[in-house]
Amino acid sequence: MKNEILKRVFLALMLILLYLPILILAVYSFTDATNIGAIRGFSLHNYVTLFTTPELTGMIAGTLALAFGSAAIATFLGTIGAIGSFYSKKRVSGAIGLLNQVPVVNADVVTGFSICILLVVVLGVSKDTFIPLVVGHVTLCAPFVYLSVMPKLRQLDPSSYEAALDLGATPFRALTQVVIPQLVPGIISGAALAVTLSLDDYFIATYTKPATFDTISTYVVNATKGSQTTIKTALWALSTVIFAIVVLIVVLMNVRSARAEKGVIHGEDK
Amino acid sequence: MKTMENENIIELKHVTKVFADDGYKAVSDFNLEVKRGEFVTFLGPSGCGKTTTLRMIAGFDIPSSGEILLNGSPITDLPPYKRPINTVFQRYALFPHMNIHDNIAYGLRQKKTPKDVIDRKVRHVLDLVDLAGFENRRVSTLSGGQQQRIAIARALVNEPEILLLDEPLGALDLKMRQEMQIELKDMHDKLGITFIYVTHDQEEALTMSDKIVVMSEGKVQQIGTPEDIYNEPKNAFVADFIGESNIFNGIMTGKMKARFGGGEFTCVDDVAEGTHITAVVRPEDITLTDPEHGMVRGEVTSVIFKGIHYEITVQSGKNEYVVQSIKNAKVGSTVGMVIEPDGIHIMLAEDHTNIFFADFNEKFRLAYNGKEIPTSVTRIIPGSRRLEDGTLVDAAGETVNPERIRVKIAIRPEDIEMSDDADAGLVEGNIANLIYTGDHYSYVIHTDLEQDFVVNDEYLWNMGDRVSLIMPVDKMTFTYSRK
Repeated sequence: MKNEILKRVFLALMLILLYLPILILAVYSFTDATNIGAIRGFSLHNYVTLFTTPELTGMIAGTLALAFGSAAIATFLGTIGAIGSFYSKKRVSGAIGLLNQVPVVNADVVTGFSICILLVVVLGVSKDTFIPLVVGHVTLCAPFVYLSVMPKLRQLDPSSYEAALDLGATPFRALTQVVIPQLVPGIISGAALAVTLSLDDYFIATYTKPATFDTISTYVVNATKGSQTTIKTALWALSTVIFAIVVLIVVLMNVRSARAEKGVIHGEDK
Repeated sequence: MKTMENENIIELKHVTKVFADDGYKAVSDFNLEVKRGEFVTFLGPSGCGKTTTLRMIAGFDIPSSGEILLNGSPITDLPPYKRPINTVFQRYALFPHMNIHDNIAYGLRQKKTPKDVIDRKVRHVLDLVDLAGFENRRVSTLSGGQQQRIAIARALVNEPEILLLDEPLGALDLKMRQEMQIELKDMHDKLGITFIYVTHDQEEALTMSDKIVVMSEGKVQQIGTPEDIYNEPKNAFVADFIGESNIFNGIMTGKMKARFGGGEFTCVDDVAEGTHITAVVRPEDITLTDPEHGMVRGEVTSVIFKGIHYEITVQSGKNEYVVQSIKNAKVGSTVGMVIEPDGIHIMLAEDHTNIFFADFNEKFRLAYNGKEIPTSVTRIIPGSRRLEDGTLVDAAGETVNPERIRVKIAIRPEDIEMSDDADAGLVEGNIANLIYTGDHYSYVIHTDLEQDFVVNDEYLWNMGDRVSLIMPVDKMTFTYSRK
């Protein structure tokens, strides 16, 4: 009995630690307070600022474009990398897997800094071309795509590809019509992971972005150091919006997978 | 254009497959001719090379040497998608992201067949496999047996010249398997397509095939009709693999008389007197009688009821007989056994003498597998002697350079002893095969040096056991040649 209570208290504490800070921010985003502490009244002006200030909307659009763009490239590279590695000889495949593991655990600072050194200092590519930034984010994301596609390849019936060849498909068609469609769940989760990673990144962006461009992360860090209160409080609204979208996505994904499971059971009943 | 000469739809000529990555020889010198419309089965234990052979016909593996001819023209290096051959895979390999219609239509779509033709053909082939109306079902909603039929339909819809089936019934339960055997045979008779079927199940092979190819360790052991293979097995492996057998080593003692298994029997095979033979007797060809009337006598050691008959084991001296009888016998009782002449199948004994080669090391010692064989150069090269300056001369007085001598060592299977102590013998290996031959087991040991040794031992070891082979030097016969 006593244990039961302790368990609940512990759980409650954990949840508070996880969610209270975000809730506070969310509550304040709907007020006209300029500082956390004094609440004067309900207001939507933070949201108005967020969606009407060109500087803010431009920054958000830029961040999203970067995230989806680099995620698309990383998904393509990660997927064909995984397929290539999977169908290689054991030793080659093992080596690629190991090399892929290193960037995953490597600190982002190191990745960002070394890409900056290589591209900007050694090769003389200008940061204004966005090339170093995109290369940085693709480098960050592609290994994760590889990791999420690999398990799907292992689940694939090894005869699947040969069956397609046997039925008259050329190797390219067998790959695009039979192998890749079966990897789609892995590719989608890899792409989602890539978008999230790019949105989250701070270090690589600071080292590689053009001086006039900001992602949400770099912008927030700079703004909180600055003195413009309207922008600062608008960022509370931005945080709340991001949090709401994330919650929505997670809920939707859970509902979908629950439904899919039910569907399978139904199917087998027949 | 079918000429008399070109009646063979597919021919394999001296086909050998060595895998590049590990040097494993999966198939060696495989020769086969298949006539149009035949039902041919590759039968053998796992790892005998039957699936590799099938994969070479399909085009998934390319032979290391040899030739494959389809209707007389070579297809050895043709990729699978250019061959008029379709495969039914062991675990079906249906495409889970497509419905049944699209799965079956896949091959036709690659050939750009018009849509209405595809629809008609898919419907027709679904009818054929008794699954009409399944077009829109998903693969995951089908049972194993249904998936199997779809896999067959998907291959047949392309109207291949040859249908390859790789253990297609392996994943089904016994009852379903027996039903499918009959259905497949019916389908074969109805369609007239050539079937090449791979299985390790001898009953399946005997039931369905026009021609059986028995394989072991990458080599063809026997090719023949089911009756031939069952009644006239070519060697002890085939006899042991197909059906239950009593296998004995023996000798011919007169015209159509053979001595084996503790008795002397009249047989129907005319083999010269004094020839060493292997005799095969099927359990159903042995009749039990009272001890006085038996050709051999023995004690019943076990009786197992098998439904239609009893399986009775009789120990006669050093030999063990397995007998099938519809009459029961009592364990411990003495019985006589009668074998009619046509129940005995005589094969020439294979010479199992093990041959291997050794070299002299820098100390002029004979070495094999890095171990010295305790014998001397002068014993191997008769009449040779060492001169004072250390050079070796043979009986004719000519100088011999031991480094350029290759020594062939021969040793009989019964002279080798097996030990589980790794360092006890000359070489280590794993037991790759075992056959009981009446009073002892005959083992094949595949050594770490990739050589097969035949060893006879009266004790039972298990398949795969790791053993060290002890070879007494006084049982070895040496011959030498110059390199």
